Formats: sequence, C-alpha cells, structure tokens
Amino acid sequence: MRIELTINHQTKSFEIRPNLLLMELLRQQRCYSVKHGCETGDCGACAALVNGKLVNTCIMLAAQADGADIITLEAIGAPERLDPLQAAFVDTGAIQCGYCTPAMILAAKELLDRNSHPTEADVRDALAGVLCRCTGYVKPVEAVLRAAQQR
Amino acid sequence: MSDDFNVVGKSERRVDAVKLALGKPAFVDDIELPGMLHAKILHSPHAHARIVNIDASRARQLPGVAAVLTYRDVKRIPFATAGQGHPEPSPYDTVMLDNKVRYVGDRVAVVAAESLEVARQALQLIDVEYEILPAIFDPQQAMQPGAPIIHDEPDCSGVYDPQRNLIAHLHAEVGNVAQGFAQADHILEREYRTHYVQQASIEPHIAITYLDEDDRLIIRTSTQVPFHVRRIVARVLDIPVRRIRVIKPRIGGGFGGKQEILIEDLCGALTLLTRRPVRLEYTRAEELTAARTRHPQIIRLKTGVTREGRLTAIEMNVLENGGAYGTHSLTVMSVTGSRSLSLYRCPNIRFEANAVYTNLPVAGAFRGYGAPQGFFALESHMDELAELIGMDPIEFRKRNVVKQGDETPIAEVLGEGREGYKQIIRSYGLDECIERGMEAIGWKEKRQQAASSQQGPGVRRGVGVALALQASGIPGVDMGAASIKMNEDGSFNLLVGATDIGTGADTVLAQIAAEELSVPVERIIMYSSDTDFTPFDPGAYASSTTYISGGAVKKAAVQVKQQILEVASRLLEDNIENLRCEAGRVMSVSGQSVSYEEICLSALYQRDQFQIMAVASHMSYDSPPPFAATFAEVEVDTETGVVRVVKIVSAIDCGIPVNPQAAEGQIEGAVTQALGFALTEDMPHDGQGRMLNTDFKTYRIFTAMDMPEIIPILVKTYEPTGPFGAKAIAEIPINGPAPAIANAIANAVGVRLRDLPFTPEKVWRALHQR
Ligand code: FES
Ligand code: FES
Repeated sequence: MRIELTINHQTKSFEIRPNLLLMELLRQQRCYSVKHGCETGDCGACAALVNGKLVNTCIMLAAQADGADIITLEAIGAPERLDPLQAAFVDTGAIQCGYCTPAMILAAKELLDRNSHPTEADVRDALAGVLCRCTGYVKPVEAVLRAAQQR
Repeated sequence: MSDDFNVVGKSERRVDAVKLALGKPAFVDDIELPGMLHAKILHSPHAHARIVNIDASRARQLPGVAAVLTYRDVKRIPFATAGQGHPEPSPYDTVMLDNKVRYVGDRVAVVAAESLEVARQALQLIDVEYEILPAIFDPQQAMQPGAPIIHDEPDCSGVYDPQRNLIAHLHAEVGNVAQGFAQADHILEREYRTHYVQQASIEPHIAITYLDEDDRLIIRTSTQVPFHVRRIVARVLDIPVRRIRVIKPRIGGGFGGKQEILIEDLCGALTLLTRRPVRLEYTRAEELTAARTRHPQIIRLKTGVTREGRLTAIEMNVLENGGAYGTHSLTVMSVTGSRSLSLYRCPNIRFEANAVYTNLPVAGAFRGYGAPQGFFALESHMDELAELIGMDPIEFRKRNVVKQGDETPIAEVLGEGREGYKQIIRSYGLDECIERGMEAIGWKEKRQQAASSQQGPGVRRGVGVALALQASGIPGVDMGAASIKMNEDGSFNLLVGATDIGTGADTVLAQIAAEELSVPVERIIMYSSDTDFTPFDPGAYASSTTYISGGAVKKAAVQVKQQILEVASRLLEDNIENLRCEAGRVMSVSGQSVSYEEICLSALYQRDQFQIMAVASHMSYDSPPPFAATFAEVEVDTETGVVRVVKIVSAIDCGIPVNPQAAEGQIEGAVTQALGFALTEDMPHDGQGRMLNTDFKTYRIFTAMDMPEIIPILVKTYEPTGPFGAKAIAEIPINGPAPAIANAIANAVGVRLRDLPFTPEKVWRALHQR
C-alpha cells in the first residue's frame, strides 16, 4: 500500500507492506535515533513526535501514520548548535549509555512545548514513559528543569 | 600526596555525550549492510527434554530462508559462555546447539532469512520431537540423591559434581570458628533469601556479523568483553583467532548481562555458512527468559558476639541457584563471601558455598556480582545482632568494622575462581561515609521518632543503614592495556580495549591521559574498542576500568610525556630536568617554551623522525575496596503492606573520583537498580519453568515517577595504588539499598523481612504473623 509521511520536514510517499511498523519505517529512513528496547510499547525508546504527540512507534503501524507529520531527534539540534535540551542533557551528565536519550529528549520537548514552566513532578510524569536503566532519572530530570529555565 | 589536578576530579563533559544527544548512529544496529539476513532463535518450550528428532526441511524450503542450524549441523565443542579470562573458571558445559534442552528458553535451532518475518515463520516450520525429562526447579532438591541429572553429557568439564547437579563448591576458613563460638555470649542463626532479577539494559543483546574482503569474520556486537568474545567464538566456531575481528560500537547498557557470549557464536556461524551479513537480536521477551540474571542465593549466617558487641565468629553458608548452565556461578559466590566477609574484623570466619544446576534461566554476571546477595544477608544480620544485644546498629558496626591498615584475610583465601592475594586497606573513608550519611538522612531524630510511633495501623516511617565494600578489578588476574599516539596539532589518539557501556569510562580514561599529558580533554580522541586495533583489555567488569585500564592509560601517558620532553629538550636546548609540561606546551625554567604542535611536527618531519607514541599494560595484585554507607528512609503502609522508599543516601569512598558527575551518575543508577531488586523486580515461573513476566509491563523496573529522593555523597580519599588516587565506583552502590531498606522496615514496623523482594503481600503477611 502507499502512504505519505512528512518525516523531519520532508514529505515523501512510501510503498509499504500493511503490517510495517512505524518504527521500522523510520529506521529504514535512517532515523537511527529511534531505538528499540521492547517492541511492546513499554520502554519508550522508539518514541517519535507524531503530529506533535509523543508516540511509541513500535506499536503503531506505518499505515496508521498516513499523512502525519513526524519529528525524530534527527531534526533537533546540530553539533555546533545543540537544542537547549540537548545541551542540558550533555552538561548535567544525564546521558550515560545514551540509548534512551533520544526518547528522553523528545519526551521533554513535548512537555516544554506545552508547559514552559514545569514542576519537577511534571517532568517526572513526562519522562515516566521512557525507561532508563542507567541514570536513575536524577540527572535527566535536572536537565529538563535546567532547559526549561533557559528556554 | 597531592590531589591538586587540572582535569582529574573535575566533572568534565562526557567525550561521547554530544553525539548521543543528537541521536547519531553509534550503536550496533545503526548501520546498513547490503544483503543482510535476519536471524531468529528457536527456544525450548520445555524445562528439561531430549531432542529425539529434529526436522528442519520444511523451514529450509520456505522461500527467503537462507540457513537453518540445529545440533546436527554444528560441531560439538563444549565451552563456557562466561566472558572471563583464559582459562575460564567456569565449567565447559555449553555447546552451540545441543540435542538436549535444560530450561525453557534454551537454544534449539537458529534460522537466517531475508526478513525477520520469514525467519519467524520458519521457526514454526521446524519440527522437533522432544522426550520430556523430569525437571527440577528447587536448588535444595537439586542436590538430593535421585534428582534428575541436568548435565549428563560426558564431554562437559569443570563441573564439581555433575551427578549431584553441583556446579561448584567452595570452602574457606580463617581462624578457628568453633573456638570463636565458644567465646561468644550470644549466637544468632538466620537464613536470608535473594531472588532472580534481570540486568534489563534497554538495548537488548544484538550482533551483526559479516565477512570482510579478506574473508575474515567481523563481529559487531553489543558486548562488555570484545577480547573474550573473539577468543571464545574462535574456539566455538573452530577457526583461528586471527580470522575474527570484534568491533564494539556504542553499548546501550550492560550491567554484566553483556559479559557473556549469548548470540555472537550463532550469528557468526550463520555468516560463515551463508557468506552474508547476519543480524541477530534478542527481543525483550528473550532478554527476560533466555539472557542472564542475578544468581538467587539462600544464605545462612551464624554469628557469635560478645556482650560488649564484638564479633567472635561468623559462619556463612551459601546455596546458589545457577540455573541450567554453570557460567559465572563459582566466581559469583566466591565474591559473595570474599566481599561481605571482608567488611568486619572477625578473627574466626568460615565460608561454605554450593552452586547447583536447576532447570531455570541461567544466572550470570550482574553489577555487584554476588556482593548484593552477601551484603543483603550480612547487613540485615548485623541489625539483628545489634538488636539482640541492645546496641545501636551504627555503634555496633563501628565497633567491628575494618579500619585503615587492616588486612582482609578471607579475600586472600577465597580469591575469585582461584586463590587470591593479600589485600591491605590503604585508603579508607568509611567513617566519613557513615558520619555524612547520618547527617544527610537525619539519623538521630528519625530513628527515635520511629521507635516512639510504632503502635496501631497506618503509615509508619523508619530509617535503616547498611555498610558495604567492593573491589577494584580482579587482583592478579586481569590486565588492561592502552596505546597513545600524538598528532600534529598536539592532540592524541587514545586507544583502549576497555569498553564504555554507559559508565563514562571513555571520559574517565581520557581525563587520566589528559591529566598526565597536561592538555584539555578535547585533545584526547578516544577509541574503544576493536580487537584489530586497540590493545587488549579484559573488558568492563569487576569494577576494573578506572583502576586497571586507567592504570594502563596513565603508564602509556607517562611514556608519551617522556618522549615529548626529549624532543622538547632538543628544541629548547635544555636538559629534561629543567622542563615541565603545562597546558599543551613544554616550558623551561629559563622561561622558554615550545608548543606540542611544534614538538610533534619536529618529531614527525624534521630531525631524527619518529612517531611519538607508547603502549602500556597494567595489572595489579592489589584490588583496593571502595566503601559505602547507605541509608534508607521508608514508609510502610501497615494496612496494605506497601513499602515506599522516601529517600536513599548513598555515601561512597571511591578514592579520588576522576569525574565526580559520572561517579554520581553511577551511584544514582545503581541505587535505582537496587530499588528494583529490593521492591519490584522478580522473575517468578509457572511451576513448569516458564517465566511469567516476559515484558516491561510485568517486569517492573523503576520509572522516573517511582523514584525516591537520592542523595549521592562522594567521600574523597587517596588510593596510592590507583591512577591519580582513584579506585572503583561502578558496582558498590548497588550493595547497600536492599539491606538498608530491610533495616528501615524493621525500624518502622518492627518486622524483619529476610526474603527479597519486599512485595506488599510479603510485608502484609509479615505484619499479620507477628
Ligand atoms: S521499543 Fe517501542 S516502546 Fe519499547
Ligand atoms: S542512559 Fe542508558 S538507558 Fe538511559
């Protein structure tokens, strides 16, 4: 079947098999920041912003996303011009193995886009869908709060 | 001794953080290889069975299937999956594919196909006829006469007593325990139980293998131990080591789970057969059923103590469940004894341990490696002893705990897999850990409040403490190496075999080099690790990277610095004794100076040309223990049994923390895993050996919302044998929280829980059985 998606500001049409997962499609499009840790929608590592909402792309069919506007971490920041969230993650030491980091940053971005002055509880709530086995969430929460202040 | 450093001891930005913040393709899976096949493993549905017949012909005929391997298609070469040094102290009880399965999840066959979908379909077309054998799940029963023998194959070796399912046995003694008990005023005997938990790195095990243009097998894998992977896979695939190259890209967490050869052999075999790239990855369900776990242990402690609160004898008896294969069982339980029994001055100690096979998932290496089990028992027991003699638990511990200058005789007798070496405690910050921890948790007030508010239902608060130590690498066993090469712009390539699995090791090693070479960290270009290019390293385990690999980096940097000074001495026409390195330049006492750039350009292009570079190896007969004092504050709901941890204070002496921010991160992460160990994580099975929770919905690790407040405290000491005074940090913070929580629950509601994890049901029952 044929679908049309806007991935990181580029609109393309794709011929796909109906059961292709959005996660697979994004990785095929070299959006390698979309990670996979469970494929049952529980770890959040595969998150992307679909029409501005944080979605676990491993439990969404690509077909369901037809027409959607998708943002992955690839569209955020550049080496010399990090997004404030990325800079805060780097500076606070919120990145250990880095496998959950893309999803953490996207979850935080989704939060800050709708709530520019989050409390710590808001941040924890927003990050709760992304499992991290390395950091204990202490420094990621600190990073998001710091970025919120700077935005 | 000076701890006045330029780079060491500073929270430098991680050398790899920017690329990870940008989501760059750094991990195993983030490459594209043309013609790649997708592999899937067929796992056993039975806990114990013989494969009477296996027919893969239907699977092979399925369009898109490139290869199917069963035990009939591979050589039978026994090996140990444990990624340890040679010769492995673990038994050789595994073959790539066997005609017998020993747990639900064991390997039966593997398929490589054009797509994952086809591979999955093909698995269903493999016809296997099993003869079901009686299975055994209880480690106590496994040793009884008449129990089914799990490893009856004649070619397995290194098993202590296969007829009794005994993987390994340990016995160690110092002093005279009988005499010690005779001197005691009180003797306390208790049993403690720990359970199955999983490392649960968010990145699953994954390997991609392919042949290069020279027909060599390239293994790109998420491993903590690339050099062990190369050596062991060469053995299993029966090809020379020189035909294999292992590349370790960025690793998405390990925690010991990736210290095993779980998939690299199968993946490599499929590539050798099909001559095509093959990708093999575990699903989360496979991680939770067929990867490694922490060893469950039943620990009996018998302790003698005088009225004044002095320990006279300790007897520790461990029964360890290794699951279906032996792998790390021996060394894990030796660590249980050697770590926990090194914490207190007690002249008479006996340690006895048995590891047994059962038809359950295979236990392996997991952060702390036996120590969390040992300290859960010991530090719960210390509170019980203190209570028995009516003494404050901290006072009691202080009276008995080891001090600076002490030796740890049990560590010498027990070693790790073979006899150890005498250890002397040179750096010691435990007293300060206790003081600062007590302060941060508000020990004095809270301890008393809890005692005065114990009657009646409702939510009760309490605080508890636990002490711990760990080691820094395996003394006399492991060796790490590093090479440093200078570039024309005054930067350096630092190549190590060590593996950063998310710990910040690359940054810490770069800081050590930068400190010695007097340059900022940006001038150090890290590469770790590739068995073709980087020197050897045992890998990321046993809290060894900073201490052992860091020692190698420092030595290599010292040599490079010497070469720099030699060239500078020629350029400045001054004696080396008059020169010193500072901020990327060499300065002379007379006020002249020359930059590293000029020095390197001269060495490479101008006179007596040579490459400024050095390689160094480092090993150690010392393994200085880091120390920890952990404090927990909990709330227990007496109506529901729910335990909520309010606050954890983890005060750690890791010598000089090379990167304090990274060290704190290690503490916070380890505490979080320990909270799961204490409260929510468990791997129950259905009585047939099938694990019940095989996804992250039901295997509950902590999320950002579940977290208590964590206060990490770094207590600085200077370890004279470590690079710039450093010792280890990675594992120790996981030892304290579970016993501290047990002790806090006892303080809150007066019941003692000796069986992990503390689920609401267990707590509720304990409250009602009082
Ligand atoms: S991989 Fe999608 S939620 Fe875990
Ligand atoms: S940093 Fe490793 S999973 Fe979050």
